Amino acid sequence: MRELSLNVMDVTQNSISAGAKMIKIIVREDKTADTLSISIEDNGRGMSEEQVRSVTDPFYTTRTTRNVGLGVPLFKMEAEMTGGSFEISSKPGVGTKLTAVFKPSSVDMIPLGDINGTILLLVTCNTDIDFQYTRSLKEAEEREFSLNTQELKEILGDEVALNSPDVVIWIKEFLEENTRELINQ
Amino acid sequence: MVKAMKSLAELQAIKEKARAGVELRDNSEAGTRVLVGMATCGIAAGARPVLNEFVEEVANRRLKDVMVTQTGCIGICQYEPVVEIVQPGKEKVTYVKMTADKVKRIVNDHLVNGNVVTEYTIGATN
Repeated sequence: MRELSLNVMDVTQNSISAGAKMIKIIVREDKTADTLSISIEDNGRGMSEEQVRSVTDPFYTTRTTRNVGLGVPLFKMEAEMTGGSFEISSKPGVGTKLTAVFKPSSVDMIPLGDINGTILLLVTCNTDIDFQYTRSLKEAEEREFSLNTQELKEILGDEVALNSPDVVIWIKEFLEENTRELINQ
Repeated sequence: MVKAMKSLAELQAIKEKARAGVELRDNSEAGTRVLVGMATCGIAAGARPVLNEFVEEVANRRLKDVMVTQTGCIGICQYEPVVEIVQPGKEKVTYVKMTADKVKRIVNDHLVNGNVVTEYTIGATN
């Protein structure tokens, strides 16, 4: 993929297909340790030990349109190419968590890209699922911001959906503003 | 987080506005559905900017009976990004090799004015 944020979009589809009701996406950048870590955690139906082992194999997929699945293997490869690491753990009936750690100084590093675009789409196209998005940056000290759709839904109540025009624009601006502040401070 | 609190207050205002009856969602069930293929193939081919553009364009134009959503791989990966537009009582329209630039025209011509942009459809590429 051209941007890691596209991998996030892609891999999160697995959580959605697994019937998750809550998905946590955490992007942590640590300038002092030269790491960028991306975690995706869901409370979907989870996988058996055997499925977890085979999920990084490109020739394993649960899809029926054809028999290769590239989402997870690609993400893992991209992390390992930079000298980083990849971990996935899952429990049937509980959920799945995966973490990819990248080394941003590597020549093989793929840029994070438009992560806000990814989050906006995940939130507004899956209004029945709750998302918790956290982005942090550590230089001398660590700062972070979060978007929690449960919080938004509490304010909006039943009358206004997360994908109604004004709210879509609000979420877009919220993400942009907070990201700008985090990076430029 | 201080800034977030301020912004959450704006969200409250959006709700008040809706409650005042300015923006009631009534026919969201019956309307148009825009389906963007977001499997690995679609995303790698550039589907996300296309979906982003649909979501933002529909929001900016306040099109309330249009639902933009994502779908999986429909098996024509060579034509990705693929967008399907489903409207009640009409035949499904499949747009292929989509770009964010094409989205504005499709929203204007097809969604607002009801004219299919034939040159972007799958039939035109054969």
